[in-house]
Amino acid sequence: MGRGNSAVADRGFQWLMVLCALSIFGIVVLIVTELILRSQLSWHAFGFKFFFSSFVDPDTKQTVYWDPVNGHFSALPFIYGTLVSSFLALLLAVPLAVGVAVFLTEMCPRGLRGPLAFLSELLAAIPSVIYGLWAMYVLVPILREHINPLLSQFLGWTGLFANENPTGLGFVAAGIILAVMILPIISSLTREVMSAVPNSQREAALALGATRWEMIRMGVLRNARIGIVGAIILGLGRALGETMAVTMVIGNSPEIHRSLLSNGTSMSAVIANEYAEAVSDLHLSALTEIGLALFILTIIVNALARLLVWVVTRGAPAQVLH
Amino acid sequence: MSTGNSDWRFRWRTATDRLATGLAVLATAVVVAPLVAIFIYLVYKGARSLNVAFFTQLPKPPGEVGGGMANAMLGSAILLALASVIGVPIGIGGGIFLAEFGRGTKLANAIRFTADVLNGVPSIVMGVAVYALIIKPKIPWLPFTGHFSAFSGGVALGIMMIPTVCRTTEEMLLMVPHSIREAALGLGAPNWKSVLSITVRTASPGIITGCMLAFARVAGETAPLIFTAFGNAFWSTNLQRPIAALPLQIYIYALSPYDDWRRQAWAGSLVLIVLIVLAVSLVRYVASRGVLKGAS
Repeated sequence: MGRGNSAVADRGFQWLMVLCALSIFGIVVLIVTELILRSQLSWHAFGFKFFFSSFVDPDTKQTVYWDPVNGHFSALPFIYGTLVSSFLALLLAVPLAVGVAVFLTEMCPRGLRGPLAFLSELLAAIPSVIYGLWAMYVLVPILREHINPLLSQFLGWTGLFANENPTGLGFVAAGIILAVMILPIISSLTREVMSAVPNSQREAALALGATRWEMIRMGVLRNARIGIVGAIILGLGRALGETMAVTMVIGNSPEIHRSLLSNGTSMSAVIANEYAEAVSDLHLSALTEIGLALFILTIIVNALARLLVWVVTRGAPAQVLH
Repeated sequence: MSTGNSDWRFRWRTATDRLATGLAVLATAVVVAPLVAIFIYLVYKGARSLNVAFFTQLPKPPGEVGGGMANAMLGSAILLALASVIGVPIGIGGGIFLAEFGRGTKLANAIRFTADVLNGVPSIVMGVAVYALIIKPKIPWLPFTGHFSAFSGGVALGIMMIPTVCRTTEEMLLMVPHSIREAALGLGAPNWKSVLSITVRTASPGIITGCMLAFARVAGETAPLIFTAFGNAFWSTNLQRPIAALPLQIYIYALSPYDDWRRQAWAGSLVLIVLIVLAVSLVRYVASRGVLKGAS
């Protein structure tokens, strides 16, 4: 083989690799254009009002948000459900995840660290549909029989836990299973950020006579706080797009109730339920527009989280964000 | 007075320290307990429901007892093979570009960011996009368009594998020392040969790890398959037709009103989780004894 031959091969190989890399670019562009094109019908029919309007049923005089048969489409109950279930999940998961991370990095005996890390890796690998199956047949009955009556008895006066729902499904069930699902990612990223805090910080705090908790609070958590916020936002991004488990336990009714114990729905759940059986082109287009909104929402949340985690783990000063 | 004050402060600080320690331990217990419970319950329910028919038979019509998920397992295997054929080469190629050719360039940074964006796209949105791309348009001369098909499901899963494979490949290649590349080039090997049979081969345990992780992730994906692969109650190996998949079958059976189908949903979950745990454990094993540590 001559020299010229290998130069040609080199050039070809390089172009092939560039092509592979560019195809990643192409895929994202393709996804965005397809979603925008296919939601045009709904966009022209409803415009921005798609995201906050409601309709009144002429027969029953009740507020209707989503009625595919009569052509009423509003994304409001889905956005509401996605946000409520995700924030409920964060509320439950964040304190626990930070507690686990503190235990694992600062207190855990060395022998226990490996098994616990393996367990959390395993949990991150369990498919969403299996979490959903467990939630349907174990979590929901427990909620129905024991937890929900207690919640409505003691917290019913807030209006958030009015128990009119005999099924046990709803926002609380979805929030709990989402919390279980995002716990591993939040706690493992928090652990990473906390491990990145230099030991000299810990030593300095201890040398000043701090107790272990004071050392963790002043030496570790304070330095890692931006990264921890990043981890939480990344968990939020995961919760927003989570589909199967939520679909199986949220109750799937496109209504807005104040009570967290009532049935709801989410952006991902309505797509999973109705996309394959859409009754009209407008219905399909409206569902695609919900998908587009979900896509944009998760991209913003993920970009924010990546930026925060990146700022901390690269060792850049926190002031960069100002 | 002053000693009493500092004594009180000392006790307060010790108490806070103990309380914080206790809370951290409690949090860990609260997290670990239900997770272990999920596992034990899954193994218990799944193992009781497994039998030979589950692995060899087709699903029975609704309401009838018996049958299995054999076609769904075959379907999952076909879908995952198709996904790997699409996702692994493109992902590795992209990773090679990022690590070997584009290091530090603006294009590489843009592609790295795009891969992270792609990684964050919810799987259901990926399903919507593939539906809009392949299934909605009816083009007579283009195969696979216009109807639910195994092909579209494989494409959706394959696209989801790309970012993971690409980023792990890049990370692994970056760990290969420069002296190895220089040695290969110094001996007169063309660049493509140096990259493929020296650099990539050195990093191969790590790259395999990345592929396995991506594989384990898409193996349990259900959402993008609902309206692409669609599911099928019969044997099918035709890429043009709808095909069954294990996670999809679990979802359908879990929502069904029949006790026997629910039983099979547990059995299917156990099979799926065993496959995924095997993959993850294999990854850990390879990563711990491989040339390059720090994968995953």
